[in-house]
Amino acid sequence: MLELSHVTKSYGAHRVLNDLSFTVSPGRLTGFVGGNGAGKTTTMRIILGVLAKDEGSVTIDGAELTPADRRRFGYMPEERGLYPKMKVGEHITYLARLHGFDKSDAQARATDLLEQLGLGERLNDTVEKLSLGNQQRAQIAAALVHEPDVLILDEPFSGLDPLAVDVVADVLHRRAASGVSVLFSSHQLDVVERLCDDIVIIAGGEIRAAGSSERLRHEHSGHRYELRSAGDLGWLRAEPGVTVVEFEGGNALFDAREDADAQRVLQRAVAEARVDRFAPVRPTLAQIFKEVIQ
Amino acid sequence: MNTATPTSAPRGFQSVWLVAEREVGSKLRSRAFVISTVITLLIALAAVIWGGFSAGNPSATQVAVTSATASAVEQVPGVEVTQVADREAAEALVRSGEVSAAVVEDTSTPVGMLIIAADSAPTMLVMGLSVSPPVELLEPATVDFALRYFVSIGFGIVFLLAASLFGGTIAQSVVEEKQTRVVELLLSAVPARALLAGKIIGNTILAMAQILLLAAIAVVGLIVTGQSAVLQGLGAPIAWFAIFFLFGFVLLAALFAAAGSLVSRMEDIGSTTAPLTMLIMAPYFLVIFFNDNPVVLTVMSYVPFSAPVGMPLRLYLGEAQWWEPILSLVILIATCVGAIMLAAKIYERSILRMGARVSWRDALKAA
Repeated sequence: MLELSHVTKSYGAHRVLNDLSFTVSPGRLTGFVGGNGAGKTTTMRIILGVLAKDEGSVTIDGAELTPADRRRFGYMPEERGLYPKMKVGEHITYLARLHGFDKSDAQARATDLLEQLGLGERLNDTVEKLSLGNQQRAQIAAALVHEPDVLILDEPFSGLDPLAVDVVADVLHRRAASGVSVLFSSHQLDVVERLCDDIVIIAGGEIRAAGSSERLRHEHSGHRYELRSAGDLGWLRAEPGVTVVEFEGGNALFDAREDADAQRVLQRAVAEARVDRFAPVRPTLAQIFKEVIQ
Repeated sequence: MNTATPTSAPRGFQSVWLVAEREVGSKLRSRAFVISTVITLLIALAAVIWGGFSAGNPSATQVAVTSATASAVEQVPGVEVTQVADREAAEALVRSGEVSAAVVEDTSTPVGMLIIAADSAPTMLVMGLSVSPPVELLEPATVDFALRYFVSIGFGIVFLLAASLFGGTIAQSVVEEKQTRVVELLLSAVPARALLAGKIIGNTILAMAQILLLAAIAVVGLIVTGQSAVLQGLGAPIAWFAIFFLFGFVLLAALFAAAGSLVSRMEDIGSTTAPLTMLIMAPYFLVIFFNDNPVVLTVMSYVPFSAPVGMPLRLYLGEAQWWEPILSLVILIATCVGAIMLAAKIYERSILRMGARVSWRDALKAA
């Protein structure tokens, strides 16, 4: 398990990370969410050791990270970049070799991975000849080629079309399933919501919320319910302890003051007509995000 | 956690070597680099051959003689005589340009001979006929002025070309990695110092290869133009030049890499490499203007930035004691080590600083 505890970082008098603590678990996809300038990139750079922290610790399985540990990390920096004039296949092979694979092994892995990512036919093209989306795929290959134990990806989905998002999401899922710890940041909250097991929300250099996606939603769900009935729900407005948010014939969205109020509404609805749906409404990540960063 | 582990974790030097290998490979595949190298080599070849001929090809001096002077002139090395009947015939040959000069009998001169030439007498002929006490040279090193000049410029220009070409190349490749942002990815795999060392080693290999090619061309050129005597005097200085160049180049390469790390865009590169460019221009101009000034040459031969030009030149001119190149080399190597340490600090601190350029002053202060 990768763990950051009490990490701080300042540029001069400006404190960009303040007492940051969270964990990234093996086998799970952790989404790292925050606005521009919240400190995501700085945090990721500190994890990778390309930037030095001022205080705090970054540990893996309880031990402070060493350069050898970090060589088992895969990284996709926010600032994308590969050598424009290098051939894609050679480039990814070179990176695998930098991470310690011998030449033939590195070559085989690079070819295999690029084929998985749909770049099998472009191996001998230079990076600059690829479309932006394909360059992005090559960049992902660069992060994955050495079979890292920990993946740190800064905005891996930005600039990808929906099909490419699925390809990449699939690759990340498979890595996580094989036991890799994956931390990725994204502005696309819907993608994070769909993919992530765990979520960390950062704002102004501080962690505002962290935990499993389920738990966060549960913690931030109010007492809002959705009710769909075959009959007319006009009576709902008169119910004590209930505030109707939306209403249209047999569909209603309402806030109950307490669980008991909601249960009473359900009983009455069942008595009145056929109930097609009754469910607590879980907040979306976007809603939770807005709530916690305020 | 994951069963796939690298077959062998790269040690420090392996990473350095990988970086160096990529550096060399990418240059050799760059058409611009190959073409500019070929052009440099051709220019050098042309210069050596032209220099060799202008310095005077011994077998090319045609001299007309009369029967009275023939025996004297024939003794002068490097002269081909054409015997004519009398002074008039000799003058006619000189006027027509068929011979460079004529030597005729003239009892009114102290030596009993007169040299007739069109506008200037061939130096070697005058010297060859001069009546002076015989000289026995223990270390014959008769460097004529033209040759001295060409050798000076030769060392100067080769150093200038190679240092500015590869110095600029290193700075550019550092900036390229910053500008394309690939550097952050590289730094997540190898330490900044390994990256820097790999760049310096890779470019040094290329520069040395070019210098060795140039040296080979110089040797071939001198043989082709029949200057093998010059070659004997030049062999050792060229070898020293190669050794000095190696360390002088590493010194400059480290500084150029540091200069590159201070900027984020190719357009800004000139502003931080300008002071270094001055440093590599200096030896070139100094040898052009002061190649006959022993004091300036002596100073040059000890200052690390000009030693690669100054010391081989002094060795060629026979002005340096045997221990001088060794002392100068020690100074150069010490400076080189210092520069590498300084450059590594600047590089490590600046390589991820994107945006406005960092000034040398700030970088040095931070280092």
